[in-house]
Amino acid sequence: MKGNEALAEAAIRAGADAYFGYPITPQSEVIEYLMRENPVDRTGMQVLQAESEIAAINMVYGAAGCGKRVMTSSSSPGVSLKMEGISYIAGAELPCVLVNVVRAGPGLGTIQPSQSDYFQAVKGGGHGDYKMIVLAPATVQESVDYVKLGFELAFKYRNPVMILSDGIIGQMMEKVELFEQQPRSKEEPEWATVGKKEGRDSVIVTSLQLQSEEQEKVNLRLQSKYREVEKNEVMYETYNCEDAEYLFAAFGSCARITRKAMEMARKKGIKVGLIRPQTLYPFPVDAISELSERMKGILTVEMNAGQMVEDVRLAVNGKTPVEHFGRFGGVIPSPEEILEALEQKIIGG
Amino acid sequence: MSENTIKNPENLVYEKTSVMTDRVLHYCPGCGHGTAHRMLAEVIDELGIQGDTIGVAPVGCSVLAYYYFDVDMQEAAHGRAPAVATGIKRVLPEKYVFTYQGDGDLAAIGTAETIHACNRGENILVVFINNGIYGMTGGQMAPTTLEGMKSSTSPRGRDVKTMGNPLKITELLAQLPGTYFVTRQSVHTPANVRKTKKALKKALEYQKLDKGTCFVEVVANCPSGWKMTPVQSNKWMEENMFPYYPLGDIKVPEK
Ligand SMILES: Cc1ncc(C[n+]2csc(CCOP(=O)(O)OP(=O)(O)O)c2C)c(N)n1
Ligand code: SF4
Ligand SMILES: [Mg+2]
Repeated sequence: MKGNEALAEAAIRAGADAYFGYPITPQSEVIEYLMRENPVDRTGMQVLQAESEIAAINMVYGAAGCGKRVMTSSSSPGVSLKMEGISYIAGAELPCVLVNVVRAGPGLGTIQPSQSDYFQAVKGGGHGDYKMIVLAPATVQESVDYVKLGFELAFKYRNPVMILSDGIIGQMMEKVELFEQQPRSKEEPEWATVGKKEGRDSVIVTSLQLQSEEQEKVNLRLQSKYREVEKNEVMYETYNCEDAEYLFAAFGSCARITRKAMEMARKKGIKVGLIRPQTLYPFPVDAISELSERMKGILTVEMNAGQMVEDVRLAVNGKTPVEHFGRFGGVIPSPEEILEALEQKIIGG
Repeated sequence: MSENTIKNPENLVYEKTSVMTDRVLHYCPGCGHGTAHRMLAEVIDELGIQGDTIGVAPVGCSVLAYYYFDVDMQEAAHGRAPAVATGIKRVLPEKYVFTYQGDGDLAAIGTAETIHACNRGENILVVFINNGIYGMTGGQMAPTTLEGMKSSTSPRGRDVKTMGNPLKITELLAQLPGTYFVTRQSVHTPANVRKTKKALKKALEYQKLDKGTCFVEVVANCPSGWKMTPVQSNKWMEENMFPYYPLGDIKVPEK
C-alpha cells in the first residue's frame, strides 16, 4: 500500500470520528483516499475538506473538544499554518493526531522529501511552552501502527501527537499488515463539551487564564505531564551496538539509508552501530547517553542542515564527539556518502 | 408595601434566566454585549435546549462569554470560531451550536472561516456583534469602522482610500446559498431588544430543520472605544451606524 493511503486507512480502522484536511503535495492522497473510501458508510467517520489548514486545525480543535478521535494531515507549509491551532490544542489539553509528511523548505521549498521540520515538531513550533508527542515512522507499517498508537497516547495524556513522516514514506509502496477495525468510542470524557448534563457544571474548553499565577499553574501542570511522557513513552531501536566503536543516529526514512551505510561499513571492518529514535519527543536521552560512553564518535544523519544533532549533543553532553551529515533541499543522501562522512568526520576527524 | 411583600412569588414579573450564571459581567456600563448575551440565554432557556447547546466564544471583549452562559462552551482562537463550530457540529449534529463573535473576529481575521462556514451552510447560529471597533484591545479600527470615524489606529478618521471601506459582511453572506436566515438587529431600545430576541429564537428553531447557517448581526455600541457616554453612544449609533448598516431582515426563508 502507498504510505499516505495506509495512513488514511489506519485512521478509519483506529476508530477515528473525524478527519479535517486541506490538500498539499506530498500528502494529498490521505484526504483523496478518505473521500473515495467514504468512511461515513463504514464507521460513521466524518471527513471534510476545509478551506485552509487554519480552518482544518480549528475544526480538529472543535471536534476534539467534544471528546472525539480526530485526525488531520498536511505537509510543511500547511503545518506552519496549523501551528496557531496546535498551540491552542496543547494549551486546552485536547487529544488529536496530526501528520506532517515533510517536504523541503523554507518557504514553498520543493515537494521533495525532507526532515527539515524536526525543530518545528519537537521544539514547539507554535507559541508558548508546550510539547507534542512526536512519532517518527521509518516504514509504511510503522505509519499505520503509529496512527493507532497516536490516538492511544493522545487520549492517555490529553495531548496532541504528531506523526513526523516525510515524502519518501508517504509516497512509497510497501507491504503492510493492517490492524483490525476498532470500534468508534462511545465514551463522553468529563472534560468534553457534549451538552451540559443535569447536576454538573458546564464544561469549558479554553487555553485562556487571566491571572499570571493561574497561567503558571497551567504551565506547571503541562510540564509535569511532559515529565511523565518522558519517563514512560520513549521508543527507539538499536542495531549492531553491542560491539560498536562508532554510532550513527538517524530517524525515519533516513535511518533506513543509514542502515545500509552501516552494513557497508561493517563489511569494511568498521565497527559502527545505529540508534533510531522512534519517538523524537520524548527523545531517547538516556539510551544515547549510555551508548556514548563507549563510542569513539557519533554521526547523526539527517535530511536537514542539522537539527536532531542538537538533541544528540545534549544527551551526549561532551562525552564523545558528535558530528552531523545531511543532504537537504529534497536531496536524499546515498549510503556511500554517509559512509564517507563517517570516515572523514568521525573516524579520521 | 414592605420589601418582603414585593418579593412574594406571585408578584414576580421578571426573572434572570438560569441559562446565565451569577457571575458579574465584566462589560463596560451601557455596552451592548451584556444585553445580547441575555437575550441569547433567555432564548436557550425558553426552547429548553440548555443541555443540548454548545457555544463557541471568540477573542474580543466577549472572550469570557463562557463565564456567563451556563452551557458547555469552547474558546476559539481569534477569528476561528466558525471552524471550531464546524468541528463540533460535524461530530455532534444533534446539538445546537452557536458562535458569538465581534467584528474584528468575524470580518477581519476570521473572514475566510466565516465565509466558508456560511458557504457550506453549516447548520449553526452565528451571532455577530458589530460595534465598528476593536473594543477589547483598546479601540483600534475594525473592518466595520465607518468612513471618517476616529479610532486609535485611524486618529484622523478612517480614510477609505488608504484604509479600505467599512465592510458590509452581512449583506455579503446573505448572497451565499448556504445561509438560510440573515438579519441585522440592535439592542439599544426595549423594542429592538425584543426584535433581537425574536430573531435569535427563530435562528435556533431553524437549526432543527438543517437548512443552513443562520446569521444574526447585532449593531452595538462601544461607549469606551467610541469615547462617549452610553446615552451619547446610542444616539451616535442611530445617526451614523444605522444609515450604513440598516436594521431588518436581509434574507428570510422562503415560505
Ligand atoms: C492572532 C491574534 N491577533 C490579535 C489578537 C489581539 N486581539 C484581541 S481581541 C482583538 C479585536 C477584537 O475586536 P472585535 O472582534 O471587534 O471584538 P470586540 O472587542 O469589539 O467585541 C484583537 C485584535 C489576538 N488575540 N490574536
Ligand atoms: S470596550 Fe466596548 S465592546 Fe468592550 S466591554 Fe467596553 S463598551 Fe463593550
Ligand atoms: Mg468590535
